[in-house]
Amino acid sequence: MTVPLDLRPAPGAAPLGTMILRQAVMETRLLVRNGEQVLLALVIPLLVLVAGTESDRVVDLGSGRPIDTITPGVLALAVMSTSFTSLAIATGFERRYNVLKRLGASPLPRLGLLAGKTLAVVVVQVVQLTVLCIAALLLGWEPQGGAGAFGGALVLVVLGTAAFGALGLLMAGTLRAEATLALANLVYVLLLVGGAVLVPVDRYPAVLQPFTTLLPSGALGEGLRDGFAGRGLGAAAVVVLLVWAGVAGAAVTRTFRWES
Amino acid sequence: MVTPAVEISGLVMRYGRTTAVDGLSLEVRPGTVTAVLGPNGAGKTTTIETCEGYRRPHDGVVRVLGLDPYRDGRELRPRVGVMLQEGGSWSGAHAHEMLRHVASLHANPVPPDALIERLGLGACGKTPYRRLSGGQRQRLGLAMAIVGRPELAFLDEPTAGLDPQARRATWDLVDELRDSGVTVVLTTHYMDEAERLADHVHVLDHGRLIASGSPAQLTSEGAENTIRFSARAGLDVGSLMSALPLGTKVVESAPGAYVVTGDVDPGLLATLTAWCASHGVMADHLAVERRTLEDVFLELTGRELRG
Repeated sequence: MTVPLDLRPAPGAAPLGTMILRQAVMETRLLVRNGEQVLLALVIPLLVLVAGTESDRVVDLGSGRPIDTITPGVLALAVMSTSFTSLAIATGFERRYNVLKRLGASPLPRLGLLAGKTLAVVVVQVVQLTVLCIAALLLGWEPQGGAGAFGGALVLVVLGTAAFGALGLLMAGTLRAEATLALANLVYVLLLVGGAVLVPVDRYPAVLQPFTTLLPSGALGEGLRDGFAGRGLGAAAVVVLLVWAGVAGAAVTRTFRWES
Repeated sequence: MVTPAVEISGLVMRYGRTTAVDGLSLEVRPGTVTAVLGPNGAGKTTTIETCEGYRRPHDGVVRVLGLDPYRDGRELRPRVGVMLQEGGSWSGAHAHEMLRHVASLHANPVPPDALIERLGLGACGKTPYRRLSGGQRQRLGLAMAIVGRPELAFLDEPTAGLDPQARRATWDLVDELRDSGVTVVLTTHYMDEAERLADHVHVLDHGRLIASGSPAQLTSEGAENTIRFSARAGLDVGSLMSALPLGTKVVESAPGAYVVTGDVDPGLLATLTAWCASHGVMADHLAVERRTLEDVFLELTGRELRG
């Protein structure tokens, strides 16, 4: 028995807010469903955090208590994993499997798609940062600078998300999905080791220090470390992240290809 | 004069040095089912995707529901349903979840569950897209194209890779779309499908329109019709031919299998059977054949394989 279907034309887009919300919910669900993404978003940062409390046996993080040095770095790492690595890989495969093309034919406008993606990244990051902050506090983290430090951190996280998100989209919109997968992970590891995310800039060789400060990872990591050490919101970190976000964002609008 | 649902004039599309569409002009009347046929590389998908707003014409004008699909996309997209040739879903999304998501982007969608049941997708509710069979993906693609209750649906090879049951379900749905007042433009490689579904057929080759008309017009125009029959092997075809009107051809295509081609009319049939009677020939399996759309297509586009 077939059900009668009412196929008479009744076209129309759902309200923009509804579309963006549905897109964000869908993207968040897919992100959370993916085991590797959860590993990247929570398990690795938590492991680094726990290991970091014992870090003086592995790497020299400099003076001060290891937990106070490693926690801001882990927060930076969490932002980088979601807004850069996860976003790049997910978007690369959306392009490859014609998801972007399919959504491009739906009533959802491109800005709505971007808004939905951004919301999904923000939701995941809120969960990540909350869990990591609580875990760090339980491990004895003592952030300095009071509420102002958290306000400054929020500014840096937003700018960092914009900069890393634009870089992730730049990669996903120009390379093949497999290349994006490989490169996004490689860059993640390289920045983790050499990008001053976890290890303070002054622990790097003097010749490298100016460069690491100019990396988005260095700016975000160092900015968060400064803030939670009570040294306030550094203008340098803000400017570096703004420039990365602006340049990568402009490059994305020029080069992003919706189809593979 | 009604405004055409799709109006293409002088469309040119190039990829590098290759010209995929070369000065194409055609119209689609609203409320009809139109099939776009053509060998691989004829420019079908490029043309459809230009109508869908994915590509900007290099030359010529494309109007869909009176709008420019590239410039007026935002206004047009809710009114047009699109079925891509492949993909279109997150590989990790479940089939039903994906359809519900696309439905939720529209104002008055068809209830997804009803479409799921109609297209036989009930069993693959929690199956991620990457584990669906080719046929299930096709049906999900069709469902996503029409769930928003569009005025116009572009279906790119809607039955490629479907089993006969699913193919018939798709045909029934296309009929229902037309009955509901939806204009359907589809591409296909199956000539029986075009004959069965389409009010109008456009045949493309090398990016140009080489024939256009209803399936009946295309199969009867200038038709050399055929009679086939079987009898004992080795009949004197020369004698039979001289009995038949001038220009009629008779060949024994295999021992005992005869093919008569020419302007088949009642008179010719009577002459043929009279000749058989006077020669003591029992004509078995005698059948008058019309050309199929496939014959017309092969005549128009040639029989050699395309690269």
